[in-house]
Amino acid sequence: MKILVCISNVPDTTSKINFTGDNKEFDKNGVQFVINPWDEYALTRAIELKEAKGGSVTVLNVGEADAEPNIRKALAIGADDAIRVNAHPKDAFFVAQQIAAVAKENNYDMILMGKESIDYNGFQVHNMVGEMLGIPSVTPAFKLDMVDDSTARLEREIEGGKEVVEVKLPFVASAQQPMSEPRIPNMRGIMTARTKPLAVREPVGAEAKAEYVGFSKPEKKGGVKMIDAENAGELIKLLRNEAKVL
Amino acid sequence: MSVLVFVEGLNGEIKKSSLEAASYGSQVAQQLGTTATAVAIGEVHEEALAKLGEQGITKVLYDADDRLKQFVADAYVKVIAKAAQQESAKVLVFSNSNIGAAVGSKLAVRLNGSLATNVTTLPNTDGGSFIVTRGVFSGKAFADVNLTSDVKIIAVKKNSFEVSENGGATATVEKLSADLADADFAAAPKETVMQDTDGGILLPEAEIVVSGGRGLKGPENWHLVEDLAKALGAATACSKPVSDLDWRPHHEHVGQTGITVSPNLYIAIGISGAIQHLAGVNSSKVIVVINKDPEAPFFKAADYGIVGDAFDVVPKLIEAARALDK
Ligand SMILES: Cc1cc2nc3c(=O)[nH]c(=O)nc-3n(C[C@H](O)[C@H](O)[C@H](O)COP(=O)(O)OP(=O)(O)OC[C@H]3O[C@@H](n4cnc5c(N)ncnc54)[C@H](O)[C@@H]3O)c2cc1C
Ligand SMILES: Cc1cc2nc3c(=O)[nH]c(=O)nc-3n(C[C@H](O)[C@H](O)[C@H](O)COP(=O)(O)OP(=O)(O)OC[C@H]3O[C@@H](n4cnc5c(N)ncnc54)[C@H](O)[C@@H]3O)c2cc1C
Repeated sequence: MKILVCISNVPDTTSKINFTGDNKEFDKNGVQFVINPWDEYALTRAIELKEAKGGSVTVLNVGEADAEPNIRKALAIGADDAIRVNAHPKDAFFVAQQIAAVAKENNYDMILMGKESIDYNGFQVHNMVGEMLGIPSVTPAFKLDMVDDSTARLEREIEGGKEVVEVKLPFVASAQQPMSEPRIPNMRGIMTARTKPLAVREPVGAEAKAEYVGFSKPEKKGGVKMIDAENAGELIKLLRNEAKVL
Repeated sequence: MSVLVFVEGLNGEIKKSSLEAASYGSQVAQQLGTTATAVAIGEVHEEALAKLGEQGITKVLYDADDRLKQFVADAYVKVIAKAAQQESAKVLVFSNSNIGAAVGSKLAVRLNGSLATNVTTLPNTDGGSFIVTRGVFSGKAFADVNLTSDVKIIAVKKNSFEVSENGGATATVEKLSADLADADFAAAPKETVMQDTDGGILLPEAEIVVSGGRGLKGPENWHLVEDLAKALGAATACSKPVSDLDWRPHHEHVGQTGITVSPNLYIAIGISGAIQHLAGVNSSKVIVVINKDPEAPFFKAADYGIVGDAFDVVPKLIEAARALDK
């Protein structure tokens, strides 16, 4: 089974978010980048399936060279090879077009992604890629198993419940908890990752359709009003009369 | 040219998040000097559809194909694309739900449109631009995005817009048929299992959320969370370790790796307020924190706080909440 896993390089969850250049650009200064947490669920599930059924796992990132440490990390966790599309992505449509272009040249049996990037919170690339390739996209899925060699069974979350879906290969799916238990790379993995192939290719001509014109931060909260534990019931009155949320 | 809003049904009624999307859509239509049409799929009562007039919708297109009772992305996309074509829609509005964002993303490809998800403002259309603000960096920032394509697709963040009410206006309801083929249902779900909410409220739709963390010590104490939720008409949620420990089901876990909620009121009991937890709740309008540790980081993000033992404090809150006249 040939699996493609798309990983996004995102600021660590604890990062302070700041902007530069008249609030037009994200300030990468002092920010630690990680593999998007949801993508790790996709990656480990792909590796588990490979371990059980054979095949290969390729990781793909659309981004600049500064993403390579995390691409190597994915190789250390257990992917076999990697592709980086060398581009400064401008929006999700652009990223989806790059992923679709790579997928069209290789016959992947499944393309796994995370549910959502924790930086641009788009929740869209997987469905766009599915539509571009004309194959089903099952998102967000929290369970993925093979029924037989050509059929996968997924459970996806919908508001208020879940759906069980069976799809023929190939398909796109996005992962969320608890699809798998993310792994920490071991020493051997880190050593072998250094020599695993990482191909860099240039982007296909593609347009962005959303133009980011500026960023802002939420207004600071006015500070917390403390209520004495002895008079806890007072809180309910404040929520009704002052905050007006009850 | 018109604005087209996709509305989702649940048990015959229209979801609150879709009523918000409809209110948004008709305001955009007003801004652009046109009208707003809704498209509905699946199991929704006709009266509920006509009542969309309240939200400023003038016409509702309804595809009653039985096979659409379950969510099937390809089929839904086909129906909405047909409606968009029929109405020459240039702006399509969805709720930023798992279903809405999925069909919105696919339509962006099919209609060659610009897509913005997680949108929190009406568009700024000065000088031919179409700029909306969307939540980014997991609630830590907003981005202004100009949608440059001819067709603009917007998925509206839940609980960011008031449901408007328009003095009893009704919308006309028309049938729509997209001539769906069996192939459109190839990825139809085998099975749909709805949570047994026990008459309670669904977390993603809730206006009030009561959430518990590891400070509650064990699942046997969850009656505190549940009773307070019931008294306030709230949904229940939890922190990640709580669902990892199987004290509560995974669909209740909020935060960076769980679901994001933005209710009017979020009450956190025995939750420390780790940054990954805050990422899922920090756009709540009012946050209440109950924690026995005055140094708990959550207090920094709170509007109201009580330092105290949950086992003493919460029963008092339940009592006060029950005493409220509704
Ligand atoms: C203004 C702006 C500046 C940007 N600057 C940079 C930058 O400097 N460096 C950079 O690397 N990116 C940059 N990006 C791209 C950004 O990180 C995202 O990849 C892109 O915007 C898609 O995000 P999304 O939230 O819509 O994805 P979602 O739809 O939420 O992502 C879903 C899944 O798609 C996959 N995916 C998403 N993005 C990628 C990707 N790039 N490669 C492979 N798989 C992916 C992941 O599996 C992810 O979990 C920038 C984007 C914008 C809008
Ligand atoms: C990549 C990543 C992603 C993550 N994603 C998420 C996520 O999506 N959601 C999430 O929640 N976490 C997430 N986490 C975990 C997060 O970092 C915290 O570990 C977690 O939120 C802590 O949960 P908690 O507050 O319930 O437990 P604790 O941190 O153990 O806090 C318990 C709190 O209860 C208080 N307490 C104890 N007894 C009482 C009492 N009797 N009365 C009142 N208060 C009491 C304590 O003072 C303490 O503040 C993630 C972590 C990582 C690294």
